[in-house]
Amino acid sequence: MDARTEEFLAYVQEGGQVEATDWLPEEYRRKLIKFIEMHGNSELMGVLPEREWILKAPTLQRKLALTAKVQDEVGHAQLIYRVAEDLGKPREAMLADLVSGKAKFHNVFHYPTHTWGDVGVIAWLVDAAAIISQKALLKCSYAPYARIMKKICWEESFHILHGRDVILAMMTGTDAQRLLVQEALDRWWGPLMQFHGNPIPRDEDPMYVWRIKSQGNEEARQQFLDGYVPQIWELGLTVPDPNLRRGDEGVWAYSEPDWDELKSVVTGHGPRSQERLAFRARFLEQEQWVRDALLAA
Amino acid sequence: MIFEVFRQERKGQPFAHAGSVEAPDAAFADAWAREQYGRRGESEALWLVPRDAVHHITDWADEFDLKYRRVDGYSIKERLRIARERAGTTPAGDR
Amino acid sequence: MNARARLLLAIADDELIVGWRDSEWTGIAPTLEEDVAFSSIAQNEIGHARALYQLAAAELGNDADALAFDRAPDEYRCAPFVELHLLDWAHTIARRYLYEEADRVRLDALRRSDDAELAGLAAKIDREEAYHRMHAEMWAARLRDEPRFRAAVDELWPYALGMLEPELRPELARRVGLSVESTQAIERGEHTPELAELWSTMTEVRRSAPGAAW
Repeated sequence: MDARTEEFLAYVQEGGQVEATDWLPEEYRRKLIKFIEMHGNSELMGVLPEREWILKAPTLQRKLALTAKVQDEVGHAQLIYRVAEDLGKPREAMLADLVSGKAKFHNVFHYPTHTWGDVGVIAWLVDAAAIISQKALLKCSYAPYARIMKKICWEESFHILHGRDVILAMMTGTDAQRLLVQEALDRWWGPLMQFHGNPIPRDEDPMYVWRIKSQGNEEARQQFLDGYVPQIWELGLTVPDPNLRRGDEGVWAYSEPDWDELKSVVTGHGPRSQERLAFRARFLEQEQWVRDALLAA
Repeated sequence: MIFEVFRQERKGQPFAHAGSVEAPDAAFADAWAREQYGRRGESEALWLVPRDAVHHITDWADEFDLKYRRVDGYSIKERLRIARERAGTTPAGDR
Repeated sequence: MNARARLLLAIADDELIVGWRDSEWTGIAPTLEEDVAFSSIAQNEIGHARALYQLAAAELGNDADALAFDRAPDEYRCAPFVELHLLDWAHTIARRYLYEEADRVRLDALRRSDDAELAGLAAKIDREEAYHRMHAEMWAARLRDEPRFRAAVDELWPYALGMLEPELRPELARRVGLSVESTQAIERGEHTPELAELWSTMTEVRRSAPGAAW
């Protein structure tokens, strides 16, 4: 590592932030693009499981709220991709890498949705897990990315509340509705526990070393468990993990998440990975003429 | 064309940079930025500025001591103490 | 059902179904920026439908959700125009453009109505539609030279005419530069098979637990 890069690294490790116009080490720029691109991909692919339910929402209020939530995710993808574009990777290239399977997106968006219960659990708990990761980006060493995270986190708080409200409506409803929630929680718990990644020490995580993110994977998972397991339990729901409990020092114990499943899913072998990528590719291709018409001034 | 978006949250507040949109012209930029940065009524006003129109300054020459034009260039504490002593107005607590 | 309730339901059903159709683009529109904008328009249309259903519900003694979801497909009063499943951008923009122009003609007439409540709501809706028209015109101008867009406008023209009462049609034709005589309007009253399909999807969750709160 040359002296200039060392100085840069020391600067960001002390909490310093840089702008798009500052000099950035190549390695840092590459890591940033990779991280930001995956985040943008996740927002974009994250719309697909919920989008199906926009057409099935059971009241006008839920219809409007769910449409607004999915709209937010698309908006987040736009904000995030713009940051990556300014770092040097064009949007077409990112979308091409996404649909060809070269670039990744978050594990939770590779799974199917079966009932309206999934809609509630996704908006409540998947978004809760996501907001923990995203709040840790408010201090990102790359300032343009940190800045858009304020708007994103603000909007995500609405998602969590919307999700919790959907869940509460069902949990105060019929036995059949309560069962839908429990079944959805059973389906999503495994992927949720894998969401923050394997517990590598943060100093061995390059994204932490460059202060792209400001907390380690296990810290994020503990924060999720601490914040949300009590909220799940108080509704009379059962978390499908017999080993889950809060230890004396406030550290949560849990069964080892299935890291092989995580690896297989994010490399495109999840139950809906290929179908969703094909769907995305279909509309990108079908409407290419529109983007061409926009460019032809 | 990339438009930088500046957002004013409430009347009287400064416009702060919020992000950017890429749009083929000002009409599309208007339609798109309006929704991206104002759909929840969170903005009082937006400024859309073509990125190319932003003139950017980050280099500053400060080779000699320029602190005389800032408050941190002044330390009046000691002088004030002596002046008060002479005038016989030293506050009771400092005597 | 009296004439007022029938009129309210016809307009509300148009707004609901066109909004439902347009909301299908949320997440897959041609650009991310447009996705966000288009989704707001779909939400607005459904918001208008809800306000209109509330007026109708006051007459009919039920509520907006019951009117939106709990009728049989053949009880909806929407025009075939809004029912068509058009998941390609040329047809989508062609419908938006024609719909907004037709809606403007209809809202202008309603604002002059003796029914103060309805006239007031029409004026309120129109303030939001003004922005939709800006959006539709911007797109129509951009796609004007695209053969598939022009073909879509021609294809949808008889449907758009059928959305309005005959006396309002010449005004619509004048606005979009097409002719009333050139075609046979596809009238409100008969439904396309696409409505029943959409209805089955949009009521699926609700029908799974009749009477439950969601």
